[in-house]
Amino acid sequence: MQTLSTRRSRRTLRAGGAGAALLLALSACASSSDTNATAKSGSSAAAPANPSGTVTVFAAASLEEGFTKLGERFEQRHPGTKVTFSFGGSDSLAASITGGAPADVFASASPKTMKVVTDAGGTSGTPATFVRNQLEIATLPGNPDNISSLKDLTQSGLKVVLCDESVPCGAAARKALDAGKLKLTPVSYEQDVKSALTKVELKEADAAVVYKTDVRAAGDKVEGVDFPESADAVNDYPIALLEDAPNAEAAQAFIDLVKSADGQKVLTEAGFLEP
Amino acid sequence: MRKSAATLEGGRTRTGPRPRTVPLALLLPALLGLAFLLLPLVALLIRTPWSTLPGQLTSPGVWQALRLSLVCATMATALSLVIGVPLAWLLARTDFPGRGLVRALVTLPLVLPPVVGGVALLLALGRNGVVGQWLDAWFGITLPFTTAGVVIAETFVAMPFLVISVEGTLRAADPRYEEAATTLGASRFTAFRRVTLPLIAPGIAAGSVLAWARALGEFGATITFAGNFPGRTQTMPLAVYLALQNDPAAAIALSLVLLTVSIAVLAALKDRWITPS
Repeated sequence: MQTLSTRRSRRTLRAGGAGAALLLALSACASSSDTNATAKSGSSAAAPANPSGTVTVFAAASLEEGFTKLGERFEQRHPGTKVTFSFGGSDSLAASITGGAPADVFASASPKTMKVVTDAGGTSGTPATFVRNQLEIATLPGNPDNISSLKDLTQSGLKVVLCDESVPCGAAARKALDAGKLKLTPVSYEQDVKSALTKVELKEADAAVVYKTDVRAAGDKVEGVDFPESADAVNDYPIALLEDAPNAEAAQAFIDLVKSADGQKVLTEAGFLEP
Repeated sequence: MRKSAATLEGGRTRTGPRPRTVPLALLLPALLGLAFLLLPLVALLIRTPWSTLPGQLTSPGVWQALRLSLVCATMATALSLVIGVPLAWLLARTDFPGRGLVRALVTLPLVLPPVVGGVALLLALGRNGVVGQWLDAWFGITLPFTTAGVVIAETFVAMPFLVISVEGTLRAADPRYEEAATTLGASRFTAFRRVTLPLIAPGIAAGSVLAWARALGEFGATITFAGNFPGRTQTMPLAVYLALQNDPAAAIALSLVLLTVSIAVLAALKDRWITPS
């Protein structure tokens, strides 16, 4: 099953990669005179930092809002570049990368998933933590059940959804519950953080334990409640340049932007914590 | 679908022996098609962690999920029979304005992404749904996150298979038998029960098997509408998907169980009830 899905995604990605390569060739011919490149040259010390062409970024779904903004900023700053994103579950992205997907940058929602790629020799250099994400309780707008702590979720009659423990948000929720020595029986273990949040947005569940960034992204459809135990379950997000990056130079410039004060500002506005 | 295949098989036996030579232009793509369908299954077998398989399969979670899958798929098939066969009869035997549109709508779940079906079910039958809020207010019934919710999600996705199969059989069956029964004094419902139903039994059986198999493999609508809780709403496909996140070996083992059950049932039922003669 995994073989099939990996193969399938590899095939699609190869088609995408061919397109990307074509774009890259075209933009190289156009040879934009991009002089005000602000990227601090990282690993590419020999070549002058003059990023061009397409950067393909594989990033955790929770980064979608922040990274989309940063992608636009990057393209503005470096005319002639194009940032394409593939947002998805970190695990499946990691599987695509180890399966040979032509990506330049991988930003994962957990060090464990990044390690899968690192162990396979897929990264160039050491991954660096660039943001952290904290859990929050998402409740219905107006918090009709008066939820003010993680313990409040354990009261009977309340429909709570958690992420499944096989996905990072579920593992983090488990850590937080253990830290508070709480026993919580949810009505469902959802397959990812977005679907847990959706159950609250549709008012099918009364509360969900999700990331702060997801609550922020949902706007006024849910209300966020902070809880102290979340400090014990903070998720680190590592980012890395990939070993087979088709456009390593521009990729490094993008990573530099993400780690810059500017990039951090965009991401903290989306609800992330600085590393 | 299955019905037309059955008719073809029946027709072939009547028209005599098969042509002895198969043109290469047909044989090659046919074999390619066969290989394409079988290759993923072969890959699953090759990658199965046979040494750790017994351990994977004896975990109680596996049997819990399998039992729930079998029970829910069977209940979904039963529900489909109760409401789907009359619906098929309505489509095949009566004439009303907009029938073509109704038939198209009935088959919509066949092409609709199951996740979309799940969302639609939530909006209709959820606690806050169009109908669901009344179910909750009047009877205290909420369907999401319950086993009943799994059955409903599976029925939504699987019933169209039964309906189109039965409708096709009804169209092929001669309505004159029913008419004869009614002229002999039987009510329309008696004629349906005593004449039509036995006449279309093979079509109903074929449709049931298709619906059952589809329900057994249902994933998207189930996880969206009924959620995922071990023992209550976690069916095998859900268990497989979640195992794939961090334990691919377990996912392969679970897939193998589901595959074995599906093949066994399809093969057994097909030989007994579907193929004519």
